[in-house]
Amino acid sequence: MPNTANRVVLDLIVNNHPGVMSHVCGLFARRAFNVEAILVLPLGGGETSRIQLLVDADQRLDQMVKQAEKLRDVHEVSLCDAESSPFEELGREFAA
Amino acid sequence: MPSMTGAELLIRLLERQKIKTIAGIPGGTNLPIYDALGRSERIRHVLARHEQGAAFMAQGMARSTGRPAVCMATSGPGATNLLTAVADAKLDSIPIICITGQVPLSLIGTDAFQEMDIYGMSIPVTKHNYLVRSAQELLHVVPEAFRIAASGRPGPVLIDIPKDVQCQTIDVPRLPAPGEPEAAPDMDREAIDKAARMIDHAKRPILYLGGGVTQSDCAGIATRLAEKGSLPSTMTLMGLGALPHDHPLSLGMLGMHAAKHTNMALEECDLLIAAGVRFDDRATGRLEGFCPDADIIHIDIDPGELGKLKTDCVGITADVTSALGALLDSISTQDRSGWLSRIGELKKQYPALLPGTDDPTSPYGLVSATAALLGPDAIVTTDVGQHQMRAAQAYPVTRPRQFLTSGGLGTMGFGIPAAIGAALAHPDRTVVCFTGDGSMLMNIQELATAAEQQLNIKIILADNGALGLVQQQQELFYEDRKFASSYANRIDFTTIAKGFGIEAVDLADCDSPMAVMTKAMRSTGPALIRIPVQAADNVYPMVPPGAANSTMIEGASNA
Repeated sequence: MPNTANRVVLDLIVNNHPGVMSHVCGLFARRAFNVEAILVLPLGGGETSRIQLLVDADQRLDQMVKQAEKLRDVHEVSLCDAESSPFEELGREFAA
Repeated sequence: MPSMTGAELLIRLLERQKIKTIAGIPGGTNLPIYDALGRSERIRHVLARHEQGAAFMAQGMARSTGRPAVCMATSGPGATNLLTAVADAKLDSIPIICITGQVPLSLIGTDAFQEMDIYGMSIPVTKHNYLVRSAQELLHVVPEAFRIAASGRPGPVLIDIPKDVQCQTIDVPRLPAPGEPEAAPDMDREAIDKAARMIDHAKRPILYLGGGVTQSDCAGIATRLAEKGSLPSTMTLMGLGALPHDHPLSLGMLGMHAAKHTNMALEECDLLIAAGVRFDDRATGRLEGFCPDADIIHIDIDPGELGKLKTDCVGITADVTSALGALLDSISTQDRSGWLSRIGELKKQYPALLPGTDDPTSPYGLVSATAALLGPDAIVTTDVGQHQMRAAQAYPVTRPRQFLTSGGLGTMGFGIPAAIGAALAHPDRTVVCFTGDGSMLMNIQELATAAEQQLNIKIILADNGALGLVQQQQELFYEDRKFASSYANRIDFTTIAKGFGIEAVDLADCDSPMAVMTKAMRSTGPALIRIPVQAADNVYPMVPPGAANSTMIEGASNA
């Protein structure tokens, strides 16, 4: 089960095409930002997707947001509370 | 508008972007594009000898003009060969558009001949990239690629186009408007006012100017700001030319191979005004030891740069031109005579010592002799290594876009193809390329392109038979264990150049080196001037990697 203490959810609205996951995951990997969990679902008619990333709420969070905002396929970046996020419930599902 | 193929549409869109020259190499999957390019009356194609050369030629055009430039390659090895030069463009924020052929859509993912996932491979080295899935998409992808490459912080964009998309015929009722750079974001006036007050109150401020000043075309404003506030100004390798080298407020380059007085002045400053810079480790040395007593104002158009390395700055996300312009209006005129006289003392105490500048066959002398012969109109490219640092220290750079060098990636092999690109964009100017024997071998095939195009490129080869900067580090930091850094097989570079059809002279054992050099420089067309130098001659001063900038190793001439 993912530990949500001292973590935060980065909520991204992105274009939905085959390269977007590579762009987002590649950014986090090469800048050595730790991603604990990831969730992706298409939105509405499938033109866009919503990605949630469970990340460490440390001093690098500001950089993560700024770098994610630079990706051209990312429309919006917002921060949400990790507790009460879907990761909590999914964690229980996955562990069961 | 009649129907056309994807390839014809692409070329039409490139013409509308006012592209005049494209460097590239054709191959199986971009032949439809080349077929359409061959029929263009507005675009000239320059055939490179290696795709990395083509991408560096595009860089030479883009760096010398400030406008996006285009290169092309086929799929697979053609595309992967581009990548080093694309990465180089990413790190130095250079707007190039790379157009690659790809296997037909139906074959993608089958390991087809010359198939490679260049979309995936180019993600980390581009500002943005595309895999085009229909000819229709080109209508928005091409203008958008140019807009992205040139907007905000510029950078490379790659467009991968499968062969069947190139051949697909579509009706194009109307062509889209060419892609133009977006307007810069609004800046925070309050932060500007705060910064202006900080400058007014500072006792020992220094202006720290980088490649962003060149990109934003505001060297004049930066100079006027320095003059109004009496701000001593240092430049990064990418920022050279922001202030003319002989300006009284210029401190030259900072960092690993700066003049010692520059780094010592930074040590004493109480306010650092950083504009269009990214606090690269080669410029700052150990970051905690950089400007230890200074408050920092950091201006950059890329918000990701603010707080990336130095976290306690007054950050201003803005186009450097607008921000420096606003500061120029807001700060008060000051003479700061105390601080400027302290700078004068530091310059006396730690002068920039460039030994041998009178001798055109010495490592520094070849730089100053070249500058004296060519005058201020010449464009300079360098490769990477000792010759690059000496050129950065000793060449009298007077304007932005005059000194083109691989700063962030430090790519050996940059110099010759970048010089070709600069010469293609500026046929009226002489382009000089400072190189070393190690660097020259990394893109020597482009001598064929230079000869074919009869470009006015003068290659100054400082030949020490070694990887000089590697040997220098081995000597200083690995107890002089030199390994894998000298070439046992010495190469006759003048014979090789002649074999490519390039005039070549050797200043070894030459009675009148200046006369021989002058003749080669004044001739038209490409020429190679080889100057043997000693591998044992290190570049000083030097900050050891990872050390603070105040810890400079000085050579015998600096001691």
